[in-house]
Amino acid sequence: MSTVKARLAPVTGHRLFWPLVVLVVLLAANTVYRPSFLSVELKNGQLYGSLIDIVRLSAPLILVALGMSLVIATGGIDLSVGSVAAVSGAIACLYISEQPDQNSLGAVLTALAIAFGIALLLGAWNGILVAGIGIQPIIATLILMVAGRGLAQLITSGQIITINSEPYKTIGVGHLLTLPFAIIIALAVTLLVAVLTRRTALGMIIEAVGGNAEASRLAGIRSRRITLLVYVVSAACAAIAGFMMTANVSSADGNAVGLWVELDAILAVVIGGTSLAGGRFYLSGTIVGALIIQTLTTSVYAMNIDPQTTLLFKAVVVIAVCLIQAPAFRARFRRRQAPTAPPAAPVEKQKEQVPA
Amino acid sequence: MSQRHPVLTMTAISKIFPGVRALDGVDFRLFPGEVHALMGENGAGKSTLIKVLTGVYGTDAGTITLDGQQVSFAGPMQATAAGVSTVYQEVNLCPNLSVAENIFIGREPRRLGAVNWREMRRRAQELLARIDLHIDVTEPLGSYSLAVQQMVAIARAVDVNARVLILDEPTSSLDADEVAQLLRIMRQLRDDGIAIVFVTHFLDQVYGIADRITVLRNGRLVGEYPTAELPQIALVEKMIGKELDALERLDSEAGRDRAAITAGQPLVAADGLGRTGSVAPFSLTIHAGEVVGLAGLLGSGRTEVARLFFGADRADQGRLAVDGEPTAIRNPVAAIGRGVAFCSENRRTEGLVGELSVRENIILAMQATRGWLRPVPRRKQDELVERYIKALSIRPADPDMPVRNLSGGNQQKVLLARWLITEPRLLILDEPTRGIDIGAKTEIQRLVAQLSDGGMAVLFISAELEEVLRLSHKVVVMRDRQLVAQLDNDDTLDADRVMRAIASGARQEELEKA
Ligand SMILES: Nc1ncnc2c1ncn2[C@@H]1O[C@H](COP(=O)(O)OP(=O)(O)OP(=O)(O)O)[C@@H](O)[C@H]1O
Ligand SMILES: [Mg+2]
Repeated sequence: MSTVKARLAPVTGHRLFWPLVVLVVLLAANTVYRPSFLSVELKNGQLYGSLIDIVRLSAPLILVALGMSLVIATGGIDLSVGSVAAVSGAIACLYISEQPDQNSLGAVLTALAIAFGIALLLGAWNGILVAGIGIQPIIATLILMVAGRGLAQLITSGQIITINSEPYKTIGVGHLLTLPFAIIIALAVTLLVAVLTRRTALGMIIEAVGGNAEASRLAGIRSRRITLLVYVVSAACAAIAGFMMTANVSSADGNAVGLWVELDAILAVVIGGTSLAGGRFYLSGTIVGALIIQTLTTSVYAMNIDPQTTLLFKAVVVIAVCLIQAPAFRARFRRRQAPTAPPAAPVEKQKEQVPA
Repeated sequence: MSQRHPVLTMTAISKIFPGVRALDGVDFRLFPGEVHALMGENGAGKSTLIKVLTGVYGTDAGTITLDGQQVSFAGPMQATAAGVSTVYQEVNLCPNLSVAENIFIGREPRRLGAVNWREMRRRAQELLARIDLHIDVTEPLGSYSLAVQQMVAIARAVDVNARVLILDEPTSSLDADEVAQLLRIMRQLRDDGIAIVFVTHFLDQVYGIADRITVLRNGRLVGEYPTAELPQIALVEKMIGKELDALERLDSEAGRDRAAITAGQPLVAADGLGRTGSVAPFSLTIHAGEVVGLAGLLGSGRTEVARLFFGADRADQGRLAVDGEPTAIRNPVAAIGRGVAFCSENRRTEGLVGELSVRENIILAMQATRGWLRPVPRRKQDELVERYIKALSIRPADPDMPVRNLSGGNQQKVLLARWLITEPRLLILDEPTRGIDIGAKTEIQRLVAQLSDGGMAVLFISAELEEVLRLSHKVVVMRDRQLVAQLDNDDTLDADRVMRAIASGARQEELEKA
């Protein structure tokens, strides 16, 4: 018994273990409800199926959550991602809608470049408020969260801009190499962020700043630049997500695009094991977190759960995930089970803060 | 003494961390009215034993009895309630709360249910006066130096009505006077029948106060001895587990030719450098290959001087020249660019990033100068980290261990390693041997001497005069945030004269300057 436990420890103790268990349980529940859930088929050289749908639909959230992971790792938070997504989606759609030929690839690329550039500026604005002026991240980004929504409505003149552009639509619903284009974009951005942080020293430096800002400063880290950079990256990710969301429906609604996505993104990051206090961040965890949230949303629709209870249902699952992951909760649980089993190291860390 | 019943017994205690057996069947007894020194090298398991006792950690095996009753505390609060009061190795109070709040947190004096702030302030002042600490108790704790914070933590622990008082390296950043105060209080408490556990790396303090000594080595119990029956040399041998000859004392390392060193242009020269509210303007030169010791009492401005040289604080008066060229060192980045390194006394808040590994902490400053786009190649990391783990005997020798899991002394070594790999021209060491065991301390002192022989300039701050005198070419004395004397460390300089300079601030000492 105890040897089995010991042998399993590296698996059950892994950060991703519980999030993955939750994901699998959710998928299993769906399969029980609808046995065809897991089937994936190839039609006209394109993959179709509920699983593919879930991944495709979670692409925007994955993007936003990736940027959010970096921001949170520095000990900050970015509430403005939803608004940035709305602004960039609106700008892109507005530009395309004014073109004589909406299907021109050149026009679409120009639209994307303009919108992306403005998103970077918005990210830099956040970064300057936080790093340059020293406003608390939650307040600094709250400003753009509110103002950005207004800006998006101004751009769309309070209307819904509808476009009819095949190239733009592709971003949301197109296919490439049998896979939905959105999935490929999400994969590419994930790889890019992973390389950017883990192949360079950026990831470690972000974690140092988030783990102990003063110590990092005294080690000669230019933490302001790093902070500025993560807000820009976050806005960039949000912009791409905004393109996807608007491309999905070929229209931009300044009011609705990316609404509440910041909350889902924060949840995804936390479920993935990154602490809101800053420090170590886990991109793989974030992605699993985003998938969990999207699976939840999909399940709610698929299982015909009363839409009025949707949010409640989501909350219950999220609480469960957080509880399972909370070291203190697990320690209590384990202690009751096996009083002599050695609790894992982080358990004690949480119990009371008495370092070294 | 042994015919009485122990107030506390720990039997066959084991504690395993992933990959480390921190305690292995350790027994420990504590009698009322004794001061019991718990001794061992860095990482021997002293702090862990204490944390197991007070319920910070659970045990993997073994029993604890307090007054004959088996206990198992769920946390320090419960332990305190049961009469076991502890000052942990790292000051763990709340820096943003006031001093008074910190002392009375969790047991605030109340009137009609509401906190009685006036009473709280009065009692806090009274309590601190007992240890001769006269500070404004309404100021946030974080605004005071580490030593003051340590004193406040001690005052807090002493005040709760405890039968067992545990002090884990309480004197590591205190000066002689405060140490004397503390020892006086400890004697008083002992005479009242309180049992005291005392962890320290200062042997003279142990022999000054302890009745009995328990020695740990590598998580195992070596033995329990009456102090009187264990000569100092034997104690050290029991701690390090080998004969002492490897540890033969350093000679005065500062005996090298000072005239030759100071002949050329100074590496750094401060001219009337100062910062309002922090340090009064001072002038000081440091040459390549020179060790300058900074002496002075707690709060005298030693650390503040160091911070100005490093740009951790910005000077608002005076000039600084590096290699004869006027330079403004506005921030640490600028300082590091000029080859200055600063090893802070406060390793937990200003030094290490606890979550990151030993490797990452060691390369952090080097990486920062390279910028994030040019990561230190893995092979180079391995080589450097391995070299310094060995050179400073950092244990456990696992580069991927989160640094917060290391024992206090080993953390200190990691911080030192971070700056050594940057090969600075001026190395500022603020209490570098704080919490470091005697073996490693001699190692570090030897290293400092070697580095300065190799041409590195060192600004060495320590509360231990003996150490300062042994290493420095020149001793600079601070008092009341002013530089009051610069003394050449020649044959005539001894601890007495430095003490006099510290006490009187005699400016005429400066005249003796060669
Ligand atoms: N939370 C933890 N996780 C993993 N290992 C730990 C943890 N705490 C302590 N250790 C390990 O346990 C051993 C004993 O550490 P401990 O802090 O008790 O040493 P110590 O005797 O107090 O040393 P020092 O004199 O340096 O303070 C060390 O090897 C340390 O690395
Ligand atoms: Mg210790």
